[in-house]
Amino acid sequence: MIAPNRASELPDEQRIVITGIGLTAPNGNDWQSFRNALLEKRSGVKPYEVRYFGSTLAGVCDFDTTRYQKKKEVRRGTRAGSVGVYTANEAIKHSGIDWQNTDKSRVGIYVGVTEHGNVETENEIYVIKGFDYDTSCWSHHHNPRTVANNPAGEIALNMGITGPHYTIGAACAAGNAGIIQGAQMLRLGECDLAIAGGTSESIHTFGIFASFNSQNALARHDDPTQASRPFDVDRNGIVVAEGGCLYVLERLSDAKARGAEIIGELVGYAMNTDATDFVLPNPERQAECVKMALDRAGLEADQIDIVSTHATGTSSGDSQECRALRTVFGECKNPRINNTKSYIGHAMGAAGALELAGNLSAFGDRVVHPTINVDQLDPDCEIPGLVLNEPQELKRVDYVLNNSFGMLGINSVVIIGRV
Amino acid sequence: MTPAEIREEIIDILEDISPDEDLDSLDDSQAFRDQLELDSMDFLDIVMELRKRHRVQIPEEEYGNLASMSSTVTYLEPKMKDIVKT
Repeated sequence: MIAPNRASELPDEQRIVITGIGLTAPNGNDWQSFRNALLEKRSGVKPYEVRYFGSTLAGVCDFDTTRYQKKKEVRRGTRAGSVGVYTANEAIKHSGIDWQNTDKSRVGIYVGVTEHGNVETENEIYVIKGFDYDTSCWSHHHNPRTVANNPAGEIALNMGITGPHYTIGAACAAGNAGIIQGAQMLRLGECDLAIAGGTSESIHTFGIFASFNSQNALARHDDPTQASRPFDVDRNGIVVAEGGCLYVLERLSDAKARGAEIIGELVGYAMNTDATDFVLPNPERQAECVKMALDRAGLEADQIDIVSTHATGTSSGDSQECRALRTVFGECKNPRINNTKSYIGHAMGAAGALELAGNLSAFGDRVVHPTINVDQLDPDCEIPGLVLNEPQELKRVDYVLNNSFGMLGINSVVIIGRV
Repeated sequence: MTPAEIREEIIDILEDISPDEDLDSLDDSQAFRDQLELDSMDFLDIVMELRKRHRVQIPEEEYGNLASMSSTVTYLEPKMKDIVKT
């Protein structure tokens, strides 16, 4: 058992804070517009066509790719790279740091990804199919586009960052995992500023749609905005989304020294593994992960104000997570529980980071955005504190706990405290 | 294709490869690299596009012929003279 690492007992040099947020979501291209969409209950899910698979639904982002990249860089790189470049630049801008005079060799980039390379490989196979599978028509850009560090490396190239950069492959727990990795590297002194979170380009691979469909886990609905419906009795699967959310993380001592506006502090985190199934989650391990994060934060479950759930809209996944949450929060009066995928779908590697960002605004406005599209709550998903369909205002919001789980039984939890 | 049509085709390829560049002022006698932001991967894109679009194969030892627009057109003329511009 790792000794609890209570943030408040640590020296400022070991306390990690968020000082900037850059994001693109299917319903917003910056933190404030994303928050507005959540409070206005505006979905970002739309009809979508994808090669071979045909018509489906997806969460599609419309950020300005050329705000920080030349057209040539967009062409040469990947969609995940462009999402990363946009969100990293936005995060740095939001942090107010003097970027020009920042030592780029002391900046680390830690980007969580669910998968990378499927989009680019499918594209090349599609191209060479037109040449009777002549592999001499396979692009020389394929390798730099598909190396696993690509989404982080494109950020480094674009911003001249010479510190460490890599991706963290963590299925749909990746957004939290990126944040955790960034915090750990700051604590180890490997960097002085971390750009950390998650990205996803998954809607550009037909394979993810086809695979979820074959698993009977792809959402369908006549109204795209109602297709993603975690906790509802009529939920029928996942809406795949793209997106990205990167945070600027700093040591509290550095943030204070430069007079930064602090959005929140990483007061606890945990990752563990089910080791039980490729796909089906294990609520016991999930509950253990949540408890470990609470323990490390030195918090009781009832001190959490908002629990941001991972629930994706699948039949078993949602009810299993609710079982896990009942174990930890079942006797609590204080926590409010919501779900952001009901608006944007499942942004895969970006999901955890985006869903956290959507809730961090509550430190300021004290409003819990609801899970939308719950016409009839599934009894299997009943937990005290669920915020459904209408926002709820709280007297204060001090702690947000963010769940993010993924295939192969990877679980991650982060807890952010108001500073 | 005539030399003028080959030039037009190369311009079309360059517009894809270097979408941020102004190609109107390209000096055909000067090296591409002195006028455009092109690296070795970009030159491979020219080779790749000629292969995909016209099945023109350019051996690695002959890449040097693609240094400028003039040298490129001169080099490609015998290889593309029988291709009909569509």
